[in-house]
Amino acid sequence: MALRRFDLEAGGDSFAFKSETEEKIAFWRGKYPADKQRSAVIPLLWLAQKDNNGWLSEPAMREVANRLEMPYIRVYEVATFYTMFRLQPVGKFHVQLCGTTPCQLRGAESLRDVCTKEIGKAMYVTDDQRLSWEEVECLGACVNAPMVQINDDFFEDLTPESLSAILARLRHGAEVTPGPQIDRVNSAPEGGTSVLTDASLFDGSRTRVPVLPNLPRPPEPAPEAAVQPQAASPTITKREEPASKDIKS
Amino acid sequence: MSDKYKLNIDGVEVEVPKAYTLMQACEEVGAEIPRFCYHERLSVAGNCRMCLVEWEGAPKPLASCAQIVGDLRPNRDGSPPVIRTKGAYVEKARNGVMEFLLINHPLDCPICDQGGECDLQDQAVAYGRSDSRYEENKRAVEDKNMGPLVKTIMTRCIQCTRCVRFAAEVAGVEEIGMISRGESAEITTYLEKSLTSELSGNVIDLCPVGALTSKPYAFNARPWELRKTSSIDVMDAMGAAIRIDAKGDAVMRILPETNEEINEEWLSDKSRFVWDGLARQRLDRPYVRRNGKLLPVTWPEALDAVKAALSVGADQIGVVAGDLIEVEQAKAALDFFRGLGVKNTDCRPAGAQYGTSGVREHYLLNPTLMGVEESDALLLIGANPRVEAAVWNARIRKSWLWGNLKVAVIGEAAELTYPYTHLGTSADALAGAAVRDFFRGAKRPMIVVGEAAACRSDGAAILAAALSMAQETGAVSDGWAGFGMLHTAAGRVGALDAGFIPAEGGKATKDILGGALKTVVLLGADEADLSQLGSAQVIYVGSHGDAGAARADIVLPCAAYSEITATYVNTEGRVQMTTRAVQPKGEAREGWAIFRALSGVTGTVLAYDTADELRTLLRGKTGQNTAFSGRGYAPGTKGVPALLAAPPQAVGGLGNAPFGRAIADFYLTNPIARASRTMAECSALAASLDTAVAAE
Repeated sequence: MALRRFDLEAGGDSFAFKSETEEKIAFWRGKYPADKQRSAVIPLLWLAQKDNNGWLSEPAMREVANRLEMPYIRVYEVATFYTMFRLQPVGKFHVQLCGTTPCQLRGAESLRDVCTKEIGKAMYVTDDQRLSWEEVECLGACVNAPMVQINDDFFEDLTPESLSAILARLRHGAEVTPGPQIDRVNSAPEGGTSVLTDASLFDGSRTRVPVLPNLPRPPEPAPEAAVQPQAASPTITKREEPASKDIKS
Repeated sequence: MSDKYKLNIDGVEVEVPKAYTLMQACEEVGAEIPRFCYHERLSVAGNCRMCLVEWEGAPKPLASCAQIVGDLRPNRDGSPPVIRTKGAYVEKARNGVMEFLLINHPLDCPICDQGGECDLQDQAVAYGRSDSRYEENKRAVEDKNMGPLVKTIMTRCIQCTRCVRFAAEVAGVEEIGMISRGESAEITTYLEKSLTSELSGNVIDLCPVGALTSKPYAFNARPWELRKTSSIDVMDAMGAAIRIDAKGDAVMRILPETNEEINEEWLSDKSRFVWDGLARQRLDRPYVRRNGKLLPVTWPEALDAVKAALSVGADQIGVVAGDLIEVEQAKAALDFFRGLGVKNTDCRPAGAQYGTSGVREHYLLNPTLMGVEESDALLLIGANPRVEAAVWNARIRKSWLWGNLKVAVIGEAAELTYPYTHLGTSADALAGAAVRDFFRGAKRPMIVVGEAAACRSDGAAILAAALSMAQETGAVSDGWAGFGMLHTAAGRVGALDAGFIPAEGGKATKDILGGALKTVVLLGADEADLSQLGSAQVIYVGSHGDAGAARADIVLPCAAYSEITATYVNTEGRVQMTTRAVQPKGEAREGWAIFRALSGVTGTVLAYDTADELRTLLRGKTGQNTAFSGRGYAPGTKGVPALLAAPPQAVGGLGNAPFGRAIADFYLTNPIARASRTMAECSALAASLDTAVAAE
């Protein structure tokens, strides 16, 4: 991991939270008793980063310290410890490329090449201020590897081509659809369901108890309602849906 | 349940309190446990892993500094847990830790100032491997700015975080931290700003490696070539225990020594770094002013000149003793001038209203410096311990942090590193109800009056009011003497004890310096306002060319505190002695000897020929009890009967003018500090920070 230092020049010398953020600050501070307000340092730093175009400037960090009445060095320690607090400016769309083992095995290295080619070196901001990227550790979407996180959204099941297309659309201000970029819903199997497809599994017919011949016949039961899986269940996949989401089309 | 717990350490059964750490228990049986991050006076961090020991049955070695004894369970047969601090298992564990620590540690011992007194070096010899198996690149860390006192070579840092904990816990100024993580972790101040704490030099002693070293001392000497002398510090009235390290004729550095009752093991930056002032601006021979210029003369010529200057009549002579005067000089000077019939003698700052009641306890810090740890309510009247007794301020902070001390202040609302109730800025707040409310329910109240309060026109009234309040609130009771004065000058209490106050009908400092006298003798008195002296003949006896010498007509050079074996009495009334570490400069003489020589010239010979005879006189005969009889002990509660007597009647009431500051600039309080380049740098830095704060 490289040394992390504040970009003091780009940070200027002032920072103010947006007025609509105040409510969120009050929410987080409200979680902690009056003498333990410094517990809110991470949420507040996070809000400051959001209000400062995705990175944490030195004045923003000081603002958080002043609000929580903490010594600057204590906040500085937190801000430099967690790598998701970015101490240098980033583009409007900041790509966090997962490079941990599962993604790496599924081709994250070729995605890195795409980023280098389309954007430049890690943490470099394109001249139009729209794009920047960095490699991060596991983002917890290994089942959809390889993946990137762009601002707050995951883009999964990427190929160099699909990532390249996403970056191109972001650069030109076009809409992009988060989620898996292949024929798949969330983490469901690619190409639709391939197991548990037999309808009899779900209509209750397999669990019916045979009538024992020697028992006295009970009164006729009311007809049982068929057990049907909900239409929105993730195990039943409508095959048309991913096609309509495919941004390549 | 008993709060004791049995352990078997290295085959020895020992019973220790349950709250002990395993390290303490091991030390109880005399085992030596290596450590880097652990320090007795700081919180436990447990991150260096050097103190590993074996607990039989445990899957891994234990960090003994962080293991509480009470948490170890006994063996299955009920026998006490078996701990081993020696043996192959422990050796291998420590060996491995040491190898990891040395992976990123540079092999620059030959150019490192810590070499020879380095914990890492010593422990690597004792516990480490003879070679390294590490072939990759070592990590390098950028050096950080920490100001004019602390030099950093951060590649040497092993991240023990002692300095971080010291700054946060003891100094109370959270300025140092560890940023980033893992291999990138670095110790730094916030954006490399300079340290502002007046105790910052202690991180140099705390650092177990050569990452934080002394900037002024850098590359000056090696520890094994220094002559080490235990002595007493005179930069403030605490009398901290110090060690003066000298090479040849020069003082190379000053380090603290442990005195639990005074400075624990800390030292203020002024006391620690003032040593370069001992080599600058020194008066090394007598001078006499002729035709407006000070010309070097011989001692006999100078003494003759003094004799002539003193022939103006006893009532035309005034003597003012300065802040650094030692008891021997004060006594000899007093005896000499009283022998001439001089009544105008004073050792106190201008306007001082204390020390004349005849009761020693009225000007001592009776509760003692250590007593603040027993106290539960401390009222500071016109005192700012952070600048007047910086190390004591850390002790007050400690009592507030770990004990149940609460503090209130009457005077300037300064930043003291602990919270306090601000009861007012002037003396009349003493009469208010808030003060009594503050002391309500307190079992060990403590009232401390500073010089900013005692050196003004209503000073006597303040002292009387504070003493009567102490009696009223139970601050003075059986076994607790909770009233005292915090002095700012090392020589003051000793000189007061010697009787260096105006005789009946004599003038005090302000009038002596007021221009009405024909001859004024200054005994290192550079702090006083010398602008009103008018046409008076000035005789200056001192060690440094400062304000006094600049105004003087005759200059008699005397030795500084590092060059004499002399008695000092600290603010508690504790009698201590300095030790000569180096020879006096040039023709400078010990203070008392100058007056002994002078007495021969004027024909009023003093009754002692050696310093020992003088000291015997001071201590009194066997069985006789004088202020100087005991050595090393603070009178403390012995003063209770004297404090229970009715306070002296003071003329006038409590004023409403706000208290000023007893010390304007922490770094420049005496001629030695003003001669020091390091102190000048610190002072300039502090001033620039003050302006920055004021501008905001």
